Amino acid sequence: MTTAVAAAGVGTATRAGVEIRLENLRRRYGAVTALDGLTLTLAPGELVALLGPSGCGKTTALRLLAGLEEADGGRVVIGGHDVTGLPANKRDTGMVFQAYSLFPHMTAWENVAFGLQMRKIGAADRRRRAIETLELVGLGGFANRYAHQMSGGQQQRVALARALAIRPKVLLLDEPLSALDAKVRVRLRDEIRRVQLDVGITTLFVTHDQEEALAIADRVGVMQSGRLEQVGPPTTIYSRPATPFVAEFVGLTNRLPGIVRGGQVEVRGTSLPLVQPDAADGAAVALVRPEAVTFASDNETAAGPLVGTVIAVAFLGATSRVTVDLGDITVLAQLATSEAAAHPAGTRVRLALRPDAVLIARETTGATSA
Amino acid sequence: MSRNRRLKLQIFRVAVFLVLGAFFLLPIGAMFEFSTRGVTDTAPRTLNAWLTIGQTPDLVAAILASLGLAVLTSLGMLLLLVPTMIWIRLRLPYLTRAMEFLCLLPLTIPAIVLVAGLAPIYLWMNLNINDSILTLAFVYLILVLPFAYRALFTGLAAIDVKTLAEAARSLGANWGTVMLRVIVPNMSVAILNACLLSVAVVLGEFTIANLLNYVNLQVAIALLGRANATVSIAVAVASLLFAFILLVILSFAGRPRARVHLEDTGLPYPGAAGGGLR
Amino acid sequence: MTVIERPLVETVRRPLRGGTRLATPQWIAAAPFFLYVGIFLLLPTAIVAGGAFIDGKGLSLSNFATMNQRFVINAFINSVVLSAISAIIGAVFGALLAYAVATGNPNGVFRRLVSSACGVLAQFGGVTLAFAFIATLGSAGLITLWLQQHGMRIYANGVWLYQLRGLVLVYTYFQIPLMVLVFLPALDGIRPQWREATESLGGGTWHYWRYVAGPLLAPAFLGSTLLLFANAFSAYATAAALINQGSIVASLLIANTLTSEVGLANPGIASALALVMVVIVAIVMVLYTVLQRRTARWLQ
Ligand SMILES: Nc1ncnc2c1ncn2[C@@H]1O[C@H](COP(=O)(O)OP(=O)(O)OP(=O)(O)O)[C@@H](O)[C@H]1O
Ligand SMILES: [Mg+2]
Repeated sequence: MTTAVAAAGVGTATRAGVEIRLENLRRRYGAVTALDGLTLTLAPGELVALLGPSGCGKTTALRLLAGLEEADGGRVVIGGHDVTGLPANKRDTGMVFQAYSLFPHMTAWENVAFGLQMRKIGAADRRRRAIETLELVGLGGFANRYAHQMSGGQQQRVALARALAIRPKVLLLDEPLSALDAKVRVRLRDEIRRVQLDVGITTLFVTHDQEEALAIADRVGVMQSGRLEQVGPPTTIYSRPATPFVAEFVGLTNRLPGIVRGGQVEVRGTSLPLVQPDAADGAAVALVRPEAVTFASDNETAAGPLVGTVIAVAFLGATSRVTVDLGDITVLAQLATSEAAAHPAGTRVRLALRPDAVLIARETTGATSA
Repeated sequence: MSRNRRLKLQIFRVAVFLVLGAFFLLPIGAMFEFSTRGVTDTAPRTLNAWLTIGQTPDLVAAILASLGLAVLTSLGMLLLLVPTMIWIRLRLPYLTRAMEFLCLLPLTIPAIVLVAGLAPIYLWMNLNINDSILTLAFVYLILVLPFAYRALFTGLAAIDVKTLAEAARSLGANWGTVMLRVIVPNMSVAILNACLLSVAVVLGEFTIANLLNYVNLQVAIALLGRANATVSIAVAVASLLFAFILLVILSFAGRPRARVHLEDTGLPYPGAAGGGLR
Repeated sequence: MTVIERPLVETVRRPLRGGTRLATPQWIAAAPFFLYVGIFLLLPTAIVAGGAFIDGKGLSLSNFATMNQRFVINAFINSVVLSAISAIIGAVFGALLAYAVATGNPNGVFRRLVSSACGVLAQFGGVTLAFAFIATLGSAGLITLWLQQHGMRIYANGVWLYQLRGLVLVYTYFQIPLMVLVFLPALDGIRPQWREATESLGGGTWHYWRYVAGPLLAPAFLGSTLLLFANAFSAYATAAALINQGSIVASLLIANTLTSEVGLANPGIASALALVMVVIVAIVMVLYTVLQRRTARWLQ
């Protein structure tokens, strides 16, 4: 959880965010179950990212919270008040859409002032607060631009300012960055986080980009088929995934066949501790992160279960991803680029598995998975 | 959207559809009804009016004339527009706007105005060249320009004319082959559209023929209307059905592959103003 | 490098410049089109424009003197009234129908049906349309007779179908579908996010229409209405088929001045009246284009 930090000199009120509870939300569209009993609590001032594959119900969850859709069952509680029956315009939520949500016939400041106008705030006040909020998102000089005179990133900042200007109880963002190019995406992501911390508003951020979710959120919720699979801080989600689905959805994972025996799993001659220590003995697939795969220091490449040939090296910047063919399966390893460079494609190598706790899945088909 | 609002919207949509549907269907239904009336109020329904169509020589002549005009106009339109449009796209892009302007100009010049200027030209043509009704095809070609241009433009916009032409040229084709064997087959839907629209326009034209004293289909119907209302209405229904069929073929089958928005091309909608239809 | 390159470029270019291009300029291929349009479109227009300023004695403005006469003024006023009312009625109902279409499934049967029907009906006009209404509402029309049987007489004060009021009704028949065709793209440009943004910012349905959708659609609506106005203003065939004598609207007046059977034909005056009509239509169309541009910027 984050403490609200005062944004000095900025008109946006500093307030402790409010708590939000989504309780057992259900929503069907015809035969499709978009939400199947979603329960999630956001602590005051917290930023939670909802992550999941396309069609898993992220947008639906957000829109139920905003009041743009009606739930078939369950409750939405904002700051202790049950708002389940309230229409969107009575809920006091600020929403940022994926793209194209600015009113095209209004300038940036008029867009930002719109919500204030709806709240019957006087013209002079409106303008002042709109400009202040634009300054908060770094667009002080763009007050008189129309949407078609701004870049995609600038438009999304204005949309953020518009959502914040009404000092809502909740900030909702539905893939606000997905229409932008990679560089702008990262910059604006950090910007959103900065502003959110400044204002201290409870925020739900929907994305299908795991890197984005892990980078920005206090906690990440991973969804599948209308349900939450796991909620937790980014590090936990990544390093201690609760289910095979989470492990495979977040980050890359090697699927290595092994045998569970006495709270350990034996994979290609290496014993690894289990995340689920009470797992029953028998055949299983261990889910091993590429970071947990290293080159063995002794360089003994004669024979062995982890000896193989490098078949590809993908340069990712500071790290590189190396694909190694072990004969029966291929394994991904993520290593410092300097180390990877010493083993170009064709080199014989021996791998080692770091003894981190791993998750196991029970099905035995499939060798590796990216 | 809340369920309540969705329901209200649904009711609104159905209501609008029913009311306007009635408004549009009633007159057409009434025409059918009228064309099957007997001689007196109490006489039974009859198809006599419909059967009389074939036995009215003036009418048959007018129908044939209009069909001939439709064919001539479509052919002339294709000959005049297709090669020019392709050539301008390939080689003379600076003429695009001029051509577009000229082709859309008939939308802003009402047919009635055009007639005022055409009268002396047709007088001269009648005396010095020919006074056949088929000479109307010359001016009908002008009337169909906006419709045909837009249809062909959409077709051309959907294909990469330049690359196609360059590929064919580099394989040794001459310009005639490029147009006839490479580009035209790729815009066949657009050409069909342009022809159907031209036929519909020509069959519906009244203003110019009437004021230049030619008897085409519509003029014949109007004249007949004074003598025998039921027969003239039967012909009107028949010609309407024919136009409907043409235009329905066009809007269902002849959908251009890539949809080009009117705003994108900067074209005003061709149903507007001018044209000799109303 | 440059030393070697230059002669190469020259040798490639020369034959093209000196040979092919000069012998047959490329624009020759486009000449027939421009020539044709010149003879059958521009020449008649020029004849009208010129003829308006020529009377029996030579260059003069006397043809425009008729503009002062009562019946001419009345015909133009009638035309403006007819076009304005039928345009407004057409615009309102057309917009409602377009909205009903736009809020439905974009690939649904309803939409295809309506847009195909509108494509057909917007072209519908002239004699056939006039006859359709005569068969419906003429003195022996289907509805007239049906109402009579039920004791209602719609023509107690004369058969208004053949008057200006009748023309308004008949014109709406092609005005509404035309409105659907030109207004639907603008409605399609309205994004659902704008309504949702309005709601999440605290606005209701009224605020949405008053501050967002209304102002956004206003130029398109106004522009389309202007287009409908021009459409009705220049219409001739429907009026001619419905009204046998008299010159109650401008287009009928022009036709009658052009080909009067009683020997009053006067091409000069007809040209002058036609010129006035063209100018009015052209002004309206220019305004339409300006408004259409703005719509395209907001709602694409
Ligand atoms: N208005 C609707 N009508 C019918 N089905 C819908 C509607 N909205 C969503 N759905 C369905 O509900 C499911 C969840 O949709 P939702 O938009 O919440 O997914 P999402 O997680 O946001 O996906 P994405 O990452 O693609 O945006 C999907 O199967 C979708 O097809
Ligand atoms: Mg979504």
